[in-house]
Amino acid sequence: MSSDVPVLELRGLEKYFNTSSGLLDTVKNRITRKSPTFVQAVDGVNMQLWENQVQGVIGESGCGKTTLLRTLIGLYKPTNGQLLFHGDPVSEFTKEEWKEFRRHVQIVFQDPFNSLDPKFSVRRTVAEPLEIHGIAYDIGQIKEMLESVGLTPAEKYLGRFPNQLSGGEKQRVAIARGLITKPDVILADEPASMLDVSTQAEILNLLNKLTDEFGVSMVYISHDLSTVSYICDKINVMYLGRVVEEAPTKQLLTEPKHPYTQALIQSIPIPDPHYERERAAVGGEPGDPINMPAGCRFKNRCPERMDVCDQTPMDVALSDDTNRTVACHLYYDHSTEKTEQAQ
Amino acid sequence: MKVRAGMMRWWCKMSDPILEFNNVDIEYQTRGDNAVHAVNDATFTIDEHDYFGLVGESGCGKSTIADAIVGGLDDNGEISSGTIRYKGTEIQNYSESQFNKEIRWKEISVIPQSSMNSLDPVMKLSQQAVEIAKYHTDLSKAEAIDRLRELFDVVGLSESRIHDYPHQFSGGMQQRAIIAFSLFLQPSLIIADEPTTALDVIMQDQILDHINSLKEEWEISMLMITHDISVVFENCDTMAVMHGGQIAEAGNVVDLFDRPRHPYAILLQNAFPDVRYPDRELAVIEGHPPQLREKPDFCTFADRCPWSIAECYEGAPDPQSVEGDEDHQAWCIRANEMDELAADHLTKPAEGRSILEDIQ
Repeated sequence: MSSDVPVLELRGLEKYFNTSSGLLDTVKNRITRKSPTFVQAVDGVNMQLWENQVQGVIGESGCGKTTLLRTLIGLYKPTNGQLLFHGDPVSEFTKEEWKEFRRHVQIVFQDPFNSLDPKFSVRRTVAEPLEIHGIAYDIGQIKEMLESVGLTPAEKYLGRFPNQLSGGEKQRVAIARGLITKPDVILADEPASMLDVSTQAEILNLLNKLTDEFGVSMVYISHDLSTVSYICDKINVMYLGRVVEEAPTKQLLTEPKHPYTQALIQSIPIPDPHYERERAAVGGEPGDPINMPAGCRFKNRCPERMDVCDQTPMDVALSDDTNRTVACHLYYDHSTEKTEQAQ
Repeated sequence: MKVRAGMMRWWCKMSDPILEFNNVDIEYQTRGDNAVHAVNDATFTIDEHDYFGLVGESGCGKSTIADAIVGGLDDNGEISSGTIRYKGTEIQNYSESQFNKEIRWKEISVIPQSSMNSLDPVMKLSQQAVEIAKYHTDLSKAEAIDRLRELFDVVGLSESRIHDYPHQFSGGMQQRAIIAFSLFLQPSLIIADEPTTALDVIMQDQILDHINSLKEEWEISMLMITHDISVVFENCDTMAVMHGGQIAEAGNVVDLFDRPRHPYAILLQNAFPDVRYPDRELAVIEGHPPQLREKPDFCTFADRCPWSIAECYEGAPDPQSVEGDEDHQAWCIRANEMDELAADHLTKPAEGRSILEDIQ
């Protein structure tokens, strides 16, 4: 494995859903010559996930995070754009290569209460991926995996069924199931959000430890910036299908550039009665993702609204820092852009 | 005479309690002569015009407490002992019709947990307001709709939308509509059960801002039930922490933050992610609360507590006043030693280490 190629890479990924639901709609649209309407769930996302990197994707519900995750694992076929795995486009994968891809990219779901088969014992749940991929294993391997996710002693848990496990234990089993095939990438969809605070801390600490220990990369999706900041090296902020800002965690928190990121950070309650927090100046709600208007999608809520915001902003790297980009008209000089376009 | 004058001044300074729980036990009967003892010896007081936060993990009994106050326990639930006083009157034995006539909506209203499910999906919001008015007041239809219009303005919804159906509203708007309804009959106490849990952060912040502004404008007291300790620290005056059906610690939010004395309250604070300190190790609370098949005659946190001793299992703990604080109590027999025992957990990260310092 060469490390100069990202493990996973997204290039201009778009995923649209057709809103017309049935035959009748389709016929009606044909007759009236109306073009079908689309939900632009993911619209032009670029992302590079490097080896051993943990990246977060945050945004409000409906901003397309889960669609992005499902597209990343190949559950949805992208409308446009490319997904590359170790530099190879997955769109050209054969059936065998897809299977191989799925071994290397594993997912941990949001809801541990529904993502485990209630009739499978812990042993069987964890062994299942190995069986599917035809990997030889022995019980020692499974025990070892259970111990490394903190289910000790492993013997005690092997024969248990999901209804005999607490929420936190279930999520540990789900993580063990994800890690057993020695994947390159773990995709985690808010794995801590359904759990109580004390258990949430357990799972966050565990994920932090395991990504170091097993050397996997992870994409961690959440709407909660304060938990994401514990896990991730780098954070992508999504708003209505677009990544509006990406930056290393600390920089994102200390100097957020995009007005939306600023609002998000200002809205997080601080567990300290002495702390005086200024509430964010942003009102309203994200708009309708169907047939979005041109230009910046945050413009109607943005306190910094300018005329130029009716044009779609570019992802610009900040001049002082190559590590981060922001898609906002505030951060680049428009006169130079226009001349570039003219040329 | 002098003494009495002093007493008078002391009494006046304290505001009257609006809701008092005194050693309340709540049980749910289950099949086969068993009972689940969901709440045991709960004692706390909410003063008038105070916002009171009740925090604890799922299953600790906090929603049961909310239900008991408005007589909304399930059929198999009952308040088996203790008293609940509302403005000095005992209400725990009120009948359904007494609750309807004297308490619900007029005195105490509820903002339920999931706003998406608590509005009637086949009724316009204006119709729902008319229905409340019909059962609980003698307002006419037009007056009820006028009042809803005013309240929509208060919670930041457009007045033109009062004739909409709930599905035409987003989650945040439904939550605002519920808050408007909860104010409909100008209650003195609002019970908010996880008012913002299903919402995104920005919307949560706006809703909490509205809830906060009610305090001055409407002279309201609030019982806010949540698992999110940061929401309580930001928005409440006093609070209680619950664990396994028992109240663990109660007092002023600042006192509880500065000097927590119950191990659960201490660990809970450190388990909570704080965006200001992403490098801090989160505290982990091992284990889970016990099944409450019998009334616990021990501290329900003892099994999970790193500092428990044999005495913790000998009788439910009595409240200990925390020295130097007014009305700050911890239900832990070792509360006075916690200062030393939990010293590692009690040091707060230095203010300068906060990474948010530089924002703007």
